[in-house]
Amino acid sequence: MSEFLQLVFSGLTVGAVYALVALGFTLVYNASDVINFAQGDFVMIGGMGTVFLAAAGFSLPLATLIAILAAVVVGLLLHRLAVEPARGASPVTLIMITIGASIFIKGVAQLVFDKQFHSLPPFSGADPISIGGASFLPQSLWVIGGTLAILIALWLFLEKTLLGKALLATAANRLAALLVGINVRVVLALAFAVSAAIGAVAGILVTPITLTRYDVGTLFALKGFAAAMVGGMGHPVGAVAGGLLIGLMEAFGAGYVSSTYKDAVAFVMILVVLFAMPQGLFGRRSLERV
Amino acid sequence: MSKTAVRPSALRAGAFAALVAASFMAAPSSVLAADPIKIGSVVSATGPASFLGDPEQKTLKLYVEALNKKGGLMGRPVELVLYDDGGDANKARTFATRLIEDDKVIAMVGGTTTGTTMAMIPVFEDAKVAFISLAGAIEIVEPVRAFVFKTPHTDKTACQKIFEDLKGRKLTKIGMISGTDGFGKSMRAQCLKVIGDYGISVLADESYGPSDADMTPQLNKIKNTAGVQALVNPGFGQGPAIVTRNYAQLGISVPLYQSHGVASKSFIDLAGAAAEGVRLPAPALLIADKLAGTDPQKAVVTEYKKSYESATGQPVSTFGGYAYDGIQILVSAIERAKSVEPQKIRDAVEATKNHVGTTGIYNMSAKDHLGLGTESFRMLEIRKGDWVPLAGVQN
Repeated sequence: MSEFLQLVFSGLTVGAVYALVALGFTLVYNASDVINFAQGDFVMIGGMGTVFLAAAGFSLPLATLIAILAAVVVGLLLHRLAVEPARGASPVTLIMITIGASIFIKGVAQLVFDKQFHSLPPFSGADPISIGGASFLPQSLWVIGGTLAILIALWLFLEKTLLGKALLATAANRLAALLVGINVRVVLALAFAVSAAIGAVAGILVTPITLTRYDVGTLFALKGFAAAMVGGMGHPVGAVAGGLLIGLMEAFGAGYVSSTYKDAVAFVMILVVLFAMPQGLFGRRSLERV
Repeated sequence: MSKTAVRPSALRAGAFAALVAASFMAAPSSVLAADPIKIGSVVSATGPASFLGDPEQKTLKLYVEALNKKGGLMGRPVELVLYDDGGDANKARTFATRLIEDDKVIAMVGGTTTGTTMAMIPVFEDAKVAFISLAGAIEIVEPVRAFVFKTPHTDKTACQKIFEDLKGRKLTKIGMISGTDGFGKSMRAQCLKVIGDYGISVLADESYGPSDADMTPQLNKIKNTAGVQALVNPGFGQGPAIVTRNYAQLGISVPLYQSHGVASKSFIDLAGAAAEGVRLPAPALLIADKLAGTDPQKAVVTEYKKSYESATGQPVSTFGGYAYDGIQILVSAIERAKSVEPQKIRDAVEATKNHVGTTGIYNMSAKDHLGLGTESFRMLEIRKGDWVPLAGVQN
């Protein structure tokens, strides 16, 4: 039992981060049909930015805030300079553009930051909490709680604010949204900005546990993408479910089967899901949209 | 099509030639009339292995500069012909050929990574010119090749050091968790090869990916394996730091051994309080200040550290130390051979005995082109965020 609990804690913590990255994918995909592979790099910018600002003497809350803003600026620039000019290009072209942007961001990060691994102090102590024979770090609660908070905030934003509704409307039908007077370009930029902020928050929450470096974004992007695909691309709840599912599967795979195949789990899951339910676990809605 | 493909590479070559020329002009032109002795080097000063190659390049330049100030070698100035392969094995081989055919060097110290070294070996073997490699893998000197030597420890030596310590503590059943990166894989294989000599058995053998962020599932499995008395983690980069943190998080009580792959201050910083009590084998250079005054390596280690840090303003690294040992072994061999004939230099390098370097004390032979034993590693324990050499290990 204690082993099972331990694996659940481990899987939920890692899965929560995948879920946040997957949410970012979903948001941008919904608004613009772009699969943004630079999503993982927002995670890196959040973590690295906070580490360096904190080292430069800023207090942790202020450093976090500036790092999130920096990620938002990078997100807006990515939209304005890379995605917007290629508006109307095929999805494959757009994907390649975001992969290129991701490589570019990593290159700049090597220069702006450095090539070393960095860590942040845990927000509330490093003493493990023990429950039923399993132990986890308080930071895990921050990660899981933060994911919940973001999910709720995102839901409130999308459902309760005019801007959020404009985003949903654009996602549902761009032409119709344009016709009712929604500035689609602004809304698209907004989607990039919000997804960048979510990524940055994920990076800040997880850095005390996983450490960060200029190139950690690649793995987050791949796993987050897998999560979004498993959950059904374009569905926020699916993204979160997919993220948690992949995190848990990885933990169980490594704990009960063999750690050799840990990384394969996420990608085997994509294959299984794509074979069995091509729309993903929650993907029905996007089918109706077409 | 082919035109556009040719042009950038030609440009690059041009730019490179200019760079090389510039670096020569920058070198102090000591006015020594005699023909210079040309020593070649190809290192990965840029690219992914630059954290290894950059200190090597700086060390080699500093050493040759100092040597020339002292009057050179056998009354002749020494010229270091140095190329940067950027970590690319293809480029390394091209530069190796250039060293032999155009520059006509009499010996070579370089080869930052195992990949670049293996690519260059055939060139030097064919030309019958001694090649002292600065790369880690044991494959470089096993089987022994007539003209190939190396200065860094091998993973095997590190494994032996760990197992010696385990045996001393009467711990014979271990759990292993290894990275699946090149370093972790190679060290795991080397450890399993020599483990039988120490009567130690592996009860749990786990692994993790090089960029994994959570190893608690694997460690939990080891924790629940009955009879495990110690944990060994062959790994490199951030993985071992996370393993150490997870080890503390799970409250695992058996001792944890890390490898020489994390023998740097940043490991302690990343692992934090969890690193307390962790043991690892490390070269003497890491604890230069803490070596006893009677330690045979004290003098050479301190001198290298002082000269490197005052000239570059950067902290000394073991990687630069490999280059320091390599060029010193070569220079001493040339002095003993009293000749610049490649064959005679090779014989003298092979005859290196009791050469005290920063990495260890070298005793080469026809069968051993590395010449380091386990005494070249010091067993350290991390206490209060600092390295503490364990008693009885300083010989």
